[in-house]
Amino acid sequence: MTGRSPLSSRLLCGAAGVAGLFCVMELAGRSGLIDPIVFPLASTVVSRAAALAADGEFLADVASTLGAWAAGLLIAVLVAVPTGFLLGTLPRVEAALRPVLEFLRPIPSVALIPLALLLFSDRFDMKVAVIVYAAWWPVLINTMYGLKDVDPLAKETLRSFGFGRMAVLWRVSLPSTAPFIATGVRLAAAIALILAISAELLAGGASGIGTFIIEAGGSPDALEYIIAATIWAGIIGVVSNSLFTLAERRLFHWHLARTGGTR
Amino acid sequence: MLEISNLDHTYGSGPGAHHALGGIDLRVTQGELVCIVGPSGCGKSTLLRSIAGLLKPTGGTITLNGTPVDRTPDDLAVVFQDYSRSLFPWMSVGDNVALPLRRKGMDRGQRRAAAEEALEQVGLAGASGKYPWQLSGGMQQRVSIARALAYRPSLLLMDEPFGSVDAQTREDLEDLTLRVRNHHNMTILLITHDIDESVYVGDRVVVLAKAPATVVGDLRVDLPGPRDQITTRENPAFVHLRAEVGRLVRGMRSHPAAAS
Amino acid sequence: MRFLRVAGRLWLVPVVLVAWEVATRTAEDIFFPPPTVIASRMHELWFSGPAQHLWLTEGALENIPTSLGRIFSGWLLAGVIGIALGIMLGRSERFSQFVDPIIQFGRAIPPPALLPLFLALFAIGTQMQVATIVFGIIWPILLNASDGARHVDRLHLETASAFGFSRGQRLMRVILPSAMPKIFAGLRLSLSLALILMVISELVGSTNGIGFQLLDAQRSYDYPGVWGSIVLLGVLGYVLNTAFLAAERRILSWHRTANQTT
Repeated sequence: MTGRSPLSSRLLCGAAGVAGLFCVMELAGRSGLIDPIVFPLASTVVSRAAALAADGEFLADVASTLGAWAAGLLIAVLVAVPTGFLLGTLPRVEAALRPVLEFLRPIPSVALIPLALLLFSDRFDMKVAVIVYAAWWPVLINTMYGLKDVDPLAKETLRSFGFGRMAVLWRVSLPSTAPFIATGVRLAAAIALILAISAELLAGGASGIGTFIIEAGGSPDALEYIIAATIWAGIIGVVSNSLFTLAERRLFHWHLARTGGTR
Repeated sequence: MLEISNLDHTYGSGPGAHHALGGIDLRVTQGELVCIVGPSGCGKSTLLRSIAGLLKPTGGTITLNGTPVDRTPDDLAVVFQDYSRSLFPWMSVGDNVALPLRRKGMDRGQRRAAAEEALEQVGLAGASGKYPWQLSGGMQQRVSIARALAYRPSLLLMDEPFGSVDAQTREDLEDLTLRVRNHHNMTILLITHDIDESVYVGDRVVVLAKAPATVVGDLRVDLPGPRDQITTRENPAFVHLRAEVGRLVRGMRSHPAAAS
Repeated sequence: MRFLRVAGRLWLVPVVLVAWEVATRTAEDIFFPPPTVIASRMHELWFSGPAQHLWLTEGALENIPTSLGRIFSGWLLAGVIGIALGIMLGRSERFSQFVDPIIQFGRAIPPPALLPLFLALFAIGTQMQVATIVFGIIWPILLNASDGARHVDRLHLETASAFGFSRGQRLMRVILPSAMPKIFAGLRLSLSLALILMVISELVGSTNGIGFQLLDAQRSYDYPGVWGSIVLLGVLGYVLNTAFLAAERRILSWHRTANQTT
């Protein structure tokens, strides 16, 4: 009774779950339940994905997608955070702009890709532009939301010690809003990846994971390539999400402790 | 009707274990209202949860009407202290009261009628269309009592039922309990940490010692009925009993050696 | 009074529209048509039909219901599957341990990346679009449902046991309602995601729908048509979100008020 059973380890169970899924897919293919021509074998896909990791061309595509993703995300944060602070500290401006923002926000960002294709001659710029547009919303909204959450008592404490508006902004508002901004950036990162791949699927021509997937469509083992590349897209998503979550926990453990958040 | 013998429960194992119940013997006969008092943290709730079948004790036996309790018995109802969490906020008051009756095989109309009747008994006629959170705390606790009454249990368990309401409401609810109990001739086991309350409401007061809990006193309350908040409480017999129970509860505190 | 208050809130909207009109008219850039031109193009494309069709044109009647149908069928399917799986995950710690990595991976895949796969598996058409939507939007529903089901108040569950609720009652009357506020949060997020995925899936492989019309306008260099389609999609997004919020307010009234009073 004192030894830890293997069932108590999340890691082991998770690995078993993944292995189980793999085996089921493989068996379904080998037994003919799913025709391997319609859907490739799990083992084929995994070995193809492994091979892609050493494929220079594919790596260049990944680099291109990640480049646009990082650039777009960075610009979005640089624009959205100051805007959020401006709107959050000037309630009259916010009240005036709110309806305009509320009309713009529901526009599905991918609908802008065809327009962006017309406006930008350079594919990379086009990608970055739509990413910036899509990624700035979660950062902006979370910044404004976080500012509303700043403890007025903390601000008044500092003001009572004779600090000015800017000092209060810098020492209280910014640090207490930072966790919210971080959450916004994490959400924006996932959206940015969606937009990057969408833009690549539609624009073609240039390089990127989306382009790779579209171009693979022409080859005889198209599906194998498509699924392998999709797996890599998923891995990139997982890694980016865990890095952001980890950074959030590290930087803002005080915030989690205060709100009792566990996730 | 309820027999508890040598009930023992330990939470967890190893050095962090908590020995909550240390061999409790208790026998409750049909129609009795037994109050269980004890210092807070003495395992009163553990005892109640064991009787309700919500918790599997590590030792001893509980039998209700001759059948051993290993899961929640069919003819048992519970009134919890925390009414706001025990009533379902997404259902109307009437639905809250009527829902458990499905188990009794009643049809829709019968369930509704039974719920109305129970609500009327607790003084909430016409409230069945409201939601629990639209009512005051005392009224919400009346709803949970109505829910238990409508269920017509042979044993009603009440876990600190008046612990979360103000003093005036508390007295009203104590009298309500006495009234419905006379009306239905139900067996009630009421857990409280309030000594006055135990003597005022109970036919019998059972005193538990600090954890691991054991029965250290079992007093019969012979007070003239009907009881009344003012006159009963100034009755010399009441004052005497209250002191007696108080001594038993406190006596254990001053002799920690006896408890361990 | 009410009118004045609304006017006070919305004054910037007409100002922006007029400024946009003036700026585009002076710039005369074909990429940026003035709002009036966009509006008349929208009227022409969708709202100049016969009165018995509620003034909707053939094009509107063919494309708008198609797109909405895809959104709603995808959303409904994802809702049913997501809630069922989510509650199972939330109530069974063991099950969730085994499938957690698969779920984390699934939700990290950018859904548009799956378009070519579904295109190959289902061919062009509604099936492929619905598959993309379901796969893309199921995650918020699933994760919220499992979170909600995991954190059901213990006393609610004990009350259910004490009164001998059956398994079905426990699920339908206690666990599901408890998880509902969370589930609704997931459903709302999913609805806006469904719109995005509907558009991208129609842009990539479709022969009808609003996304297809947008692509068509882009291919024929019909700039007001492109802008008009974007505006139409924005209006659609706004209407969907507002309608959802109104429905949520009605259905979850107990939750809002219960949390205010306690």
